[in-house]
Amino acid sequence: MSEQALSNNHEEILRLENAHKIYKMGTEQVRALAGVTVSFNKGSFWAIMGPSGSGKSTMMNILGCLDRLTSGSYYLDGQDVSQLDDDSLSEFRLKYLGFIFQSFNLIPQLTVQRNIELPLYYLGWDASQSAARAKELAEQVGLGDRVGHRPTELSGGQMQRVAIARALANDPHVIFADEPTGNLDSTTGVQILELLIKLNELGKTIIIVTHEPAIAEHAQNRLHMIDGKIDRIEGGCDETN
Amino acid sequence: MRQTRITRNIWLGIENLLLHKLRSLLTMLGVVFGVGSVVAMLSVGEGASKEALEQIRKLGSNNIIVSSVKSAEEEQTSIQHSHMSIYGLTYEDHHRIAESFSDIQQTAPVKLMRKDSRLYERAMELRVVGTTPEWFKLVPREILAGRVLLQSDQDKQAPVAVLTEFGARKILATEHTIGQTISIGGDQFEIVGIVKSESGQAGNIQIPDQQVDVYIPIEVARVYFGDIFTKRTSGGDEREMVELHQIIVQVDEPKKVESIAAGIERMLEQFHKKKDYVVSVPLALLKQAEATKRTFNIVLGSIAGISLLVGGIGIMNIMLASVTERTREIGIRRAIGAKRRQIIYQFLIETVVLSTMGGIIGLGIGVLIPVLITYFSGMITVITLKGILLPLLISMTIGILFGLYPAVRAANVDPIVALRHE
Repeated sequence: MSEQALSNNHEEILRLENAHKIYKMGTEQVRALAGVTVSFNKGSFWAIMGPSGSGKSTMMNILGCLDRLTSGSYYLDGQDVSQLDDDSLSEFRLKYLGFIFQSFNLIPQLTVQRNIELPLYYLGWDASQSAARAKELAEQVGLGDRVGHRPTELSGGQMQRVAIARALANDPHVIFADEPTGNLDSTTGVQILELLIKLNELGKTIIIVTHEPAIAEHAQNRLHMIDGKIDRIEGGCDETN
Repeated sequence: MRQTRITRNIWLGIENLLLHKLRSLLTMLGVVFGVGSVVAMLSVGEGASKEALEQIRKLGSNNIIVSSVKSAEEEQTSIQHSHMSIYGLTYEDHHRIAESFSDIQQTAPVKLMRKDSRLYERAMELRVVGTTPEWFKLVPREILAGRVLLQSDQDKQAPVAVLTEFGARKILATEHTIGQTISIGGDQFEIVGIVKSESGQAGNIQIPDQQVDVYIPIEVARVYFGDIFTKRTSGGDEREMVELHQIIVQVDEPKKVESIAAGIERMLEQFHKKKDYVVSVPLALLKQAEATKRTFNIVLGSIAGISLLVGGIGIMNIMLASVTERTREIGIRRAIGAKRRQIIYQFLIETVVLSTMGGIIGLGIGVLIPVLITYFSGMITVITLKGILLPLLISMTIGILFGLYPAVRAANVDPIVALRHE
């Protein structure tokens, strides 16, 4: 069923083939991913859902090049990244991917601007260019007047906006959002979600990991996982742009 | 570009350290003390060797000084009333020394006595040095006016006198005084010159000349004043007969100094029943002084070493704690795309900044210590460029050495685990 859901009409950006991830917990083996095959098209908006322990976090770590498969293949923009070393994976994260986390994960001692600049720093941009870009992004997420503040001086919603601005700094192909509204009240959550939808409309591929159906509803595709396998996929690729 | 990147990294490091000012300061202390003692040690050592060179210059590196001393038995018997002690070097000794060794370049016999001197209305007690023209070659001093003693003075037994700067000033002798007559112990001498003097101690050797010297030809001294001296003590007059008080010997090469000194010692042993002379070798004593200072340096060096080690361990400790504390930050940076070596670099720079700042503070303290030492003890200390650069280099090395392990630990943090870290 999952294979049928994939469409070849659209350019794919991420593809897992028979992906296995096995963790060793002491003597026990945990099969976090048990043969997953799925592909994600450019410009699509996915929600990965499932109860805890279903493998959705592992899925995101693998897709986000933060972890490697035990077996199987993972193609990112047509390149097999499943066998790459740590440095090359870092390079891929830096150039292709952006991350948004439930707990925002801003660096507390850095100002908003410096947090947003972080990917640019590792990309080797010079200070004035990255400062300009950071200010531009801060304005884009509605925090143009907060660039000099530290994260602790911001509200949850503002912090998540900074995180989104940071995720956008390297102009990534794919943005991963791990429970992006989990720590926010519902109104703020909706605002963040709207921001993500807007980014999707601008052409970014967005993959949200969430267990809230209300959030997942906004995604074009919903991937339900259970026991390390794809349970079902809702929504169709035909709905994607 | 590269330059600005490094400066940026350094600034980041400084910013991070400033977040925990007290912690950073305390962490630095070990390096501060370590570097401080290294700087102090180097400047004291440098001062010591400069002082040694200065002493060698004053005493003459090729010189051997043979002095008359009253032997212990003589010291005992002279307490008895109306006893005349006869001791010390003789004219004969001087000739023997001058003629027996081919490696001896020149010698100067010295006869010393204190005499009241008078120039017009000004009177003071001067130390009369009866010697030969060689003295001025063995104890080279700047001529301020006139000339020094000449061989012709010696031959003619001319009653001429050369004053030293300080003594001359005391009795108001200037260059205009040259050619005038000074009364020394009641005898008239013509002032022919004024020389500079370098008085003081060098190690435990008396510098041959003093500030209140007046030099006259030795033959004149012998004829005018004789060999018997009367010293006034509380127990009455004490009479001594000493022919020569000193013989200064110059050897042609510094490396021969010690063997010739031993030879002189052996020779004098044969002709003197009592040990009423002392052979001192400035070079050997300076070497000894340097050895003492080397020991001092080893002690100070060990303190510095231990302090630097402790400082380094302190830095490592705090950096390890910092890595744990900032695990989440490391995870964020890694997730964004920082490579392991960039994380290593970041933490290493922080450690190096920390230790170098400690080094700079230590340098300040280390510069202050020698200044205080000089102020309170008068010991010469010298701060050289090497004495500043070396400790800074050491502190940076400490930063790299003890920062590497925490930095590698930081880089090996698993980003997934780190991101979940609370």
